[in-house]
Amino acid sequence: MSAAGPPQGARPPGRVRRAATLGGEPSTRTRTMAPGNIAVWTLLLLGGIVMVMPFVYMLAASFKFNHEIYELSLLPREATLDNYRRLFERSGFPRWFGNSLLIATVTTASVLFFDSLVGYTLAKFRFRGRYLVFIAILSTLMIPTEMLVLPWYSMARNFGWLDTYWGVAFPGLMTGFGTFLMKQFFEGIPDDLLDAGRLDGLNEFQVWWQVALPLVTPALSALAIFTFLGNWTAFLWPLIAITDRNLYTLPVGLASFSGEFQTEWEMVMTGASVATIPTILVFLLLQRYIIRGISLAGLKA
Amino acid sequence: MIRRLEDMTLGQRRAIWAWGFLALPVVFYVSIRFYPTLEAFRASFTNWNIVGRMEYIGVANYVRLAHDPAFWKVIGNTFTYLGLGVPISMLLSFVIAYHLDRVRFGHGLLRALYFIPHLTTAVAMAWVWRWFYQPPPIGAFNVWLTTLGFGQMPFLRSTTQALPAVLAPAIWAGIGFQIVIFLAGLKAIPRTYYEAAAIDGAGAWRVLFEVTLPLLRPTIVFLVVTSSIAYLRIFDYVYAMTNGQGGPLDTTKPLVLKIFETAFTHFEMGYAATQTIVLFVILLAISLLQLKLLRSR
Amino acid sequence: MAMKAGKMGFWLGAILAALLATGTARAQVEIEYWQYTFAQRVQAIDELIKRFEAANPGIKVKHTHVPYDDFRVKIAAAIPAGQGPDVVQLFYGWLQDYLKAGLLQPLPASDFSAVEIEREFFPIVQQMKVDGKYYAVPTAVRSLALFWNKALFKEAGLDPNRPPATLDELVDYASKLTKRSPNGDLLQEGLTIDMGGQDHHWLREVLIRQYGGVPYSADKKSVAYNTDAGVAATQWYIDLVSKQKVGQIGFLTDGVTAFRSGKAGMTIDGSFRLGALDNQKGLDYGVAELPARNNIKSNFASYWVNGITTKATGAKLDASVKFLRFLTTPEAMELWLTTVGELPARRSVAEKDANKNHVKYGPFIRGLSYSYATDFVNESAQRKVMMDMVDKVVLKNMPTKQAVAEAAVEEQKLLDGFYKK
Repeated sequence: MSAAGPPQGARPPGRVRRAATLGGEPSTRTRTMAPGNIAVWTLLLLGGIVMVMPFVYMLAASFKFNHEIYELSLLPREATLDNYRRLFERSGFPRWFGNSLLIATVTTASVLFFDSLVGYTLAKFRFRGRYLVFIAILSTLMIPTEMLVLPWYSMARNFGWLDTYWGVAFPGLMTGFGTFLMKQFFEGIPDDLLDAGRLDGLNEFQVWWQVALPLVTPALSALAIFTFLGNWTAFLWPLIAITDRNLYTLPVGLASFSGEFQTEWEMVMTGASVATIPTILVFLLLQRYIIRGISLAGLKA
Repeated sequence: MIRRLEDMTLGQRRAIWAWGFLALPVVFYVSIRFYPTLEAFRASFTNWNIVGRMEYIGVANYVRLAHDPAFWKVIGNTFTYLGLGVPISMLLSFVIAYHLDRVRFGHGLLRALYFIPHLTTAVAMAWVWRWFYQPPPIGAFNVWLTTLGFGQMPFLRSTTQALPAVLAPAIWAGIGFQIVIFLAGLKAIPRTYYEAAAIDGAGAWRVLFEVTLPLLRPTIVFLVVTSSIAYLRIFDYVYAMTNGQGGPLDTTKPLVLKIFETAFTHFEMGYAATQTIVLFVILLAISLLQLKLLRSR
Repeated sequence: MAMKAGKMGFWLGAILAALLATGTARAQVEIEYWQYTFAQRVQAIDELIKRFEAANPGIKVKHTHVPYDDFRVKIAAAIPAGQGPDVVQLFYGWLQDYLKAGLLQPLPASDFSAVEIEREFFPIVQQMKVDGKYYAVPTAVRSLALFWNKALFKEAGLDPNRPPATLDELVDYASKLTKRSPNGDLLQEGLTIDMGGQDHHWLREVLIRQYGGVPYSADKKSVAYNTDAGVAATQWYIDLVSKQKVGQIGFLTDGVTAFRSGKAGMTIDGSFRLGALDNQKGLDYGVAELPARNNIKSNFASYWVNGITTKATGAKLDASVKFLRFLTTPEAMELWLTTVGELPARRSVAEKDANKNHVKYGPFIRGLSYSYATDFVNESAQRKVMMDMVDKVVLKNMPTKQAVAEAAVEEQKLLDGFYKK
């Protein structure tokens, strides 16, 4: 059973989409671009441009020299790649980037595996204490990291995890957010499909892995990008867990442009611009899936 | 799904699998989240200040908190962030998602434009927004306001405007997430419902309120709960836009900033732990309340 | 208590591990030095470590630097856990916090005699003495001065080589340097107004004294600026914004940015600003001693000190002491001056003619001889009290007298909270 569904755009009009597989692109509820729709489209475009303006300003600032950075004009009078050169030649930036990439990728993989497993269990199994476990996991979202970092530090120190990749990654390997999200999605899968798998002789793990999981790949994509993004920008814990500059993640490294009395804003802008690139790439790659399937959450109350 | 006696053993078997799947995660959550929380809870009854000296002082921290006017101000701010942030962001993101859903041409590009703010870092964006808020002739917002004939606004330099001014970039950055989730939810609604409504001759507004919104309920629940938690925990943008002060005159300071300040500037870990427990209780209560209200009916 | 025992055990374990790790007993001692990340400081320490290790072959110094914003967080997390530095650089204003938290040990009197310190170093360093023992010593100190933009002076018809010498002249020049658009928008400010920057030091240790008052009592435990003098000084400062309108709070975000972008005629800032201003293309600036009033001159000095943490014991302690001594030699201070731009903490070095009459360092060094370093119990909180005080008057039209009174109460609470514990 494949979840690929009909190829994009090849939806025969008037056919009800199957719950389990959903086409990706914009709904066909609007048939043509009526004048009213053109107005809406224009407004949406303007809105989108407004949304992106601050980001554009940040990019623009990264191409400006220090003395121009305080001007709000978009185009620099004297454009320069000097900031980028300094960023890459300055000890560490490529390494920070690599560290962040490694940790974010591994963490995302772990979250995808465990959160979907737990979410599935909470959605599709009936057992005593189910709601309690769900609320307990959900409640973990409410504890601010600021308070947990010191106990985590003691734990990491006791086990020798400081200044290691594991030490940075361990608190984020499973999340309440992802579990909540996956639970909502899994609830939308009809039990018949799962029973069919059981009748075929699959054990519960295989039912999850081979039957249920493929049905929520789009949701997994959504979770992947949100987890990756959260991890990519995490600051407080990596700062505390790592002292070895070779192991800095990107945000910690970028923070070193902030001094006691001054911040080299042009470097911060440049660093932030470069840091956004992978997340934009990941989003562009996965955005089809994200929209295509998250709707599983909308199906079952 | 009601199962009877003959399925009990099946159910028991299933339960074993369930706990099998949950075993490692439960251990993880207990040791990484719950145990430290208990530690924090314990610390809230002490006067611990970083090193060794941890004496139990009973509920003194809680009493001190209750009598601290700065704390109540911070609570007020936090709930204001919630009360303004959630409705505004939900409304905006829904309207945008609703219309964006109907667009075919350039849909991907538009969607990306609205999502990009969500990918940016607060520190860098706060710097840009602070510039936007400057008085004329430097601040873009004030330049537009004065060109359109309105007076200029102090924004960050006003005790009344500062909080909304700091909230705006937070909403701006968060909307992308909500739009994407709404888009997915809208996509999930089978066309049959709309076709049936069309046959009934229902107008756009009726369709919206009687078909779309009810079917979007789980999505709305998810977004309201997660957004509420996010706005109650707001920190990055406030810190970046007010130099960590939460000013002017504490008018923008949320609870998490106060916790951060208490823990890492004053090093009063016990007192900070107390505030964390309060935050936790608030978050839990609001979430349970919302889940209950939004699920019943 | 279980925690203390655990800590003890950890230290013993750490020392044992260190000994084992180094192979033969005491062949190599490694100590850790921590400071905050700043290019020139890192450079200076790296060079100093190189020289130190060459002169002391049995000792290795591991240099760790941490981003400034979370320097304190990391230290707070590391030291009680038995990690972190043996020798640490801290802001002098944090000394009390660190002592309270048990992070520092007193410097051995044999190597750091009070007599020698008091003879050699600037008087402000004496604050590092608590209960007769010194806990830290600085390599360098900083003070405040008046920076002015020569190009803007010329444009306003002022002599670019003659900065204001009195507070009255300061206001006069500032008025001439303030530019507004036809509808009253500020285009250029005469003097930067930034309580979040160095202005609160200027108010505390300079203006208040120049108006005849003192900021704190002699025993440092009481606020003493809730007096006519204190109110008058505060009023003078606030008038800059509300009456003379020569500056605006938050203009171009902060004072440094305004001055760097050439939109402010003058600013009060510290010697640490020299590096950044030198790198600012197109900025031609001068430095002068702070303006006097009624012939009263005063200045605020601050400094980062080096202390030995409670983590250092045995061989590591000996090594740390040696390293600390090295960091405070005249040679180290000269290097620090040329690399970091901070003023030598030893009078003999600072007051060498070449330094005292230096066009940029000179005004700062001359200011050191009449500086005070405030005994902060919590610098950021106390700074916030001043920021709020001014905001109350400017944003909420509170009478200055009341704002000062409220600030005094707030700050007293901070002091009490600290001294009475």
